[in-house]
Amino acid sequence: MIKHFLKDFKERFIEGVLFLSSTTTSILVVLIVVYLFKEGVGIFNRTPVAEGSELLVSAANKVNKLTADEVRKIFEQEFTKWNQVGGSDAEIELFRLDDITNYYTDEQLGENFENMPHCIDTILMQHPNMIAFVSKQYVLPNGRACKVSIDKIAVKQVMLGNRWYPTASPVVELGIWPLLLGTIWVSIGAILLALPFGLAAAIYMAEIADSRIRKILKPLIELLAGIPSVVYGFFGLVVMVPIIQQTFNLDVGQSALAGSIILGIMALPTIITISEDAIRNTPRAMREASLALGANHWQTIVRVVLPYSVSGITAAVILGIGRAIGETMAVLMVTGNAAVVPTSFLQPVRTIPATIAAELGEAPFGGIHFQALFFLGCMLFLLTFIINVIVEMLAPKKLKR
Amino acid sequence: MTNSIIKIGIITIAVAFGTKSFAQTKLTIKGSDTVLPLSQKEAEKFMKTNSGSSITVVGGGSGVGIAALMDGTTDIAMSSRKLKMDEKLKLTNAGKAFKELVVAYDALAVVVNTKNKVSKLTKEQIADIYTGKITNWKQVGGDDLKIIVYSRESSSGTYEFFKDQLLKNKNYAPTCLMMPATGAIIESIAQTKGAIGYVGISYLEKTVKAISISYDKGVSYIMPSYVNAKNKSYPVTRPLFYFYEKKNEAKVQKFVNYLLSDAGQAIVKEVGYIDVKK
Repeated sequence: MIKHFLKDFKERFIEGVLFLSSTTTSILVVLIVVYLFKEGVGIFNRTPVAEGSELLVSAANKVNKLTADEVRKIFEQEFTKWNQVGGSDAEIELFRLDDITNYYTDEQLGENFENMPHCIDTILMQHPNMIAFVSKQYVLPNGRACKVSIDKIAVKQVMLGNRWYPTASPVVELGIWPLLLGTIWVSIGAILLALPFGLAAAIYMAEIADSRIRKILKPLIELLAGIPSVVYGFFGLVVMVPIIQQTFNLDVGQSALAGSIILGIMALPTIITISEDAIRNTPRAMREASLALGANHWQTIVRVVLPYSVSGITAAVILGIGRAIGETMAVLMVTGNAAVVPTSFLQPVRTIPATIAAELGEAPFGGIHFQALFFLGCMLFLLTFIINVIVEMLAPKKLKR
Repeated sequence: MTNSIIKIGIITIAVAFGTKSFAQTKLTIKGSDTVLPLSQKEAEKFMKTNSGSSITVVGGGSGVGIAALMDGTTDIAMSSRKLKMDEKLKLTNAGKAFKELVVAYDALAVVVNTKNKVSKLTKEQIADIYTGKITNWKQVGGDDLKIIVYSRESSSGTYEFFKDQLLKNKNYAPTCLMMPATGAIIESIAQTKGAIGYVGISYLEKTVKAISISYDKGVSYIMPSYVNAKNKSYPVTRPLFYFYEKKNEAKVQKFVNYLLSDAGQAIVKEVGYIDVKK
C-alpha cells in the first residue's frame, strides 16, 4: 500500500517538475518578447536629439522649430543660411560644447564649470545667427536663449528611412529600411542556394545511398554544423570574397551573394539532417504499395515519399531560414556592412543581426541607440515569425493534395 | 565582434607570487581597447620585475574606463581620446580631482591597394572621399576606378577619431563598408583594387600601401611613419591617455614611473605606438 502510494507520489512529483519547467520556459519566452518590444517601441517616445542635450538659438531668431533632417543638414553645413529653413537671410553659425574654449577661458568658466550656463547664454545673445548644441544642464533655466523644438521620432521615418546613423550628433537617424532589405536579401539568397542542395543530399542519403556511404556522409555533414560561425566568416572573407570579385569582375567582392553562400553552407546541415529524418520516416507500407502498383524507385520518391514527408521538410526549411536570418558573425565579415538599399545581389549589404552585434557593445544603456537596436531586434523577431507562419500555412495544403 | 570578445573575455593578469608585503602594487586598469595591448604588456613586464604586485587590465572602450573611474571601480582609466566636456564635468561634479597622463601616441595611416597609382591625398580629398563627394580615383589623379571606402564600425574609437580629425564631424557616406576589425580592413584592401581605408600604423603591412597626407592643401605631403609621427610632422596622431584620481597618485606612481622609464617606453615602441620620450 505504502509502496504503491510512494510510487504514485513519485510520478506526480515528476509530472509536476515537467509541468513547471515547461511553464517556466513559456513564461520566460513571453517575458523576453515583452521586454524586447517594450525597449524597442520606446524610441517612438523620443526626439532624435541625443539624450541630455538641447538645441538652442538666440531669442532674436525667427526659427524655433526644425525637422531632424534640417538639423542634420545645418550641422553638416549643407544648409548655411537661415532662409533655407524659413528664417532670415543670414549665415548660420554652429556651436558645439567643445567650442566654448574659443570664447571663454577655463578660469572664466569656473573651476566646476558653474558659469557655463551663463556663458552659453551670453554667447547666444551676442551671436543672433548661432545654433548651439549643448547638454541640458548648461541651459540657463530662465535664459534668454530659445529652445528649438524637434518632433518625436516617427514610425515612418524609422521604417522607410534610408539613412542609418545611430551615433550621429546632434540628431540621430534611424532609417532601418536598408537593414531590413539587406537581411531579407541575404536570407532569401541563402535559402535559394541551400534548399535544392540540401534536399538533393537528403534524398540521396535517405533513399539512394547504401549504408556504407551513408555512414561516411552523415558524420561529415554533421561536422559541418559544428564549425564555429567565425571560422565560416573568415573563410568567406579570405576565400569566397576574392572568388566572387574575380568571377563577376566587381569593384568589391563583399556582397549579399557572399553572405548568401556562406549562410547557405551554414544552413545545409540543418536542412539535410531534418529532411533526411522526415524522408526516412515514410512508412514502409506506403513505399511498398507504390512499388507494388508498378511505380519505379524514382516515381516512388517523387510521388509518394516527398509528399508524405513535406511537413518535415518544411520544418527543416524553417530552421534553416531561422539560422540564416539570425546569423551574425559570418555575415558581419563578408557582406561589407554598408547601410545602403540593395539593388542587386552583387552589392554590399548590412543585415540586422550584424548591426546589433557590431553596435550593441558601445551603445549606452537605455539611450536612443540602445533602444533602436532593440527595435531592430523586434523587426528581426517579426520577420522570422511571419516567415514561420507563411511556411506553416503553405505546408498542410500540400499535404492534403 | 573581436572587440567584444576582448571586452567579454576580461583579461585578468593576476599573479600570486609569494606574499612580500613591501612594495606591493595592486592596481586595476580599465578602458580603451586601443591602449589595452600596451597596458597588458607593460603590466606583464612590471609584474615580472616587481614580484608580489598584481595589475589587472580590462578592456571595454574608452567610455567604459572613464565611467569606471567616476564610480571608483578602477584606479586608472585608459583612453584613446581626451575627456569629453561632459565627462570632465561629471568628474568635477563628483568631486574627483583627476590627473591626465599621455603614455604614448598612436598614428593613423590611410591605406590603399598596392596597385593603386595614387600615393598622396590632401585632408580635404580624404574628407570628400569618406563623405561620398569623390567617388572615382580619376578625380584625385588615379585610374578610372570606383573608390571602395572601408571604415571601422561605429563602436570603434578609431571611427570617432577619424571622423573628428579628418571629416570635421561630418557623417561617413552610407556607402562606406564597415569592417568589424582592423585585420579585416587590411585583408579587404589587399584584395580590392579601388579600396581605401584607415588603420593604426602598427598594423601597416606590405600587402597594402600607406599614402602621404597633406594638411596644408597640397603644399607638403607627409608619409605616415614612426619617425614622422615622432617628430610631429605627421598630423594624424592622437595621444593615448591614462587618467587617475589625484588622491590615488601614490598608489599608481610606481607603475606610471615604470611606464615612462626607458624600459617602459621601449615596450611602447615594441607594441607599435610612438613613445613619448624626447
